[in-house]
Amino acid sequence: MANPLKGEVIRLYKTLLYLGREYPKGAAYFRERLKSAFMKNKDETDPEKIKQLVARGDHVIKELEALYFLRKYRAMKKRYYEPEN
Amino acid sequence: MPGRVLVGVKRVIDYAVKIRVKPDNSGVVTDGVKHSMNPFCEIAVEEAVKLKEKKLIKEVVAVSCGPQQSQETIRTALAMGADRGIHVEVSGKDYENLGPLQVSKILAALAKKEEAQLIILGKQAIDDDCNQTGQMTAALLDWPQGTFASEVSLEENQIKVVREIDGGLETIRINTPAVLTADLRLNTPRYATLPNIMKAKKKKIANVKPADLGVDLTSRLEVLRVDEPPQREAGMKVETVEDLVGKLKDAGKV
Repeated sequence: MANPLKGEVIRLYKTLLYLGREYPKGAAYFRERLKSAFMKNKDETDPEKIKQLVARGDHVIKELEALYFLRKYRAMKKRYYEPEN
Repeated sequence: MPGRVLVGVKRVIDYAVKIRVKPDNSGVVTDGVKHSMNPFCEIAVEEAVKLKEKKLIKEVVAVSCGPQQSQETIRTALAMGADRGIHVEVSGKDYENLGPLQVSKILAALAKKEEAQLIILGKQAIDDDCNQTGQMTAALLDWPQGTFASEVSLEENQIKVVREIDGGLETIRINTPAVLTADLRLNTPRYATLPNIMKAKKKKIANVKPADLGVDLTSRLEVLRVDEPPQREAGMKVETVEDLVGKLKDAGKV
């Protein structure tokens, strides 16, 4: 792996791992899937491809943040507000 | 123009956790249970940080009252963009009896000490659902209050607040300094990502004792008993309409 990209990949992995702690199906489930997803691409050497994969990872981060926010928002709305019927 | 904003953040049992009552009905099980920042407090922090990003206020100070673990909650606020934190150390029996009255006394004392012009709190905590701290703090300081805020705009020396009330929205204009409490639709709190948490480790958290602020923590309330809500009875399936009518008659409903 090209050196500057190695830092990027590690950053991505750590960030996703941290986010995975709150995953609805459990942190262990998330970590397994995260690890196998990264291991699947471990032999990739093309910098362009690596950048694409990292970008995909960043996209997953955004999706997780959105998931967590929606879950919390919907739970709060259900508990504290009258249903809009 | 307000310079310093105090944001109160409370460490509560995480919203997604299933709450269990202690066998002796004295309270709720908290040992080993996941805790996090009260969702409405997250919204309050987000609003303060947004105001700072718009350069409408200069400094955001996150405050939390509680035991050592409350520092984690302050760290989350720092990771979201607060500049520094103040941990008011309250533990043991004092912490068990800590309620809106005591917290509002602490916040009022801190607001004077830190010369804050704005206090933003969550509208209520999801554990006690008191919805009192903001209001009490404003009363103790004799400051105007904009509660249940779903929209906040800073003007010259005033704040325009759109409030969520039964049956709609109310828009008010209040003078600064003031106390605001955040409602659900005020904003979308940012996630405290790992890089931000790492950066936030450099920010300072000051340690303060309630006695230093001259606050008396005696509670005027005593919790007598905590019970679970009544269990929902299992439903029954029926095959035909006649069965349904029969069962309703048996239950004395028809």
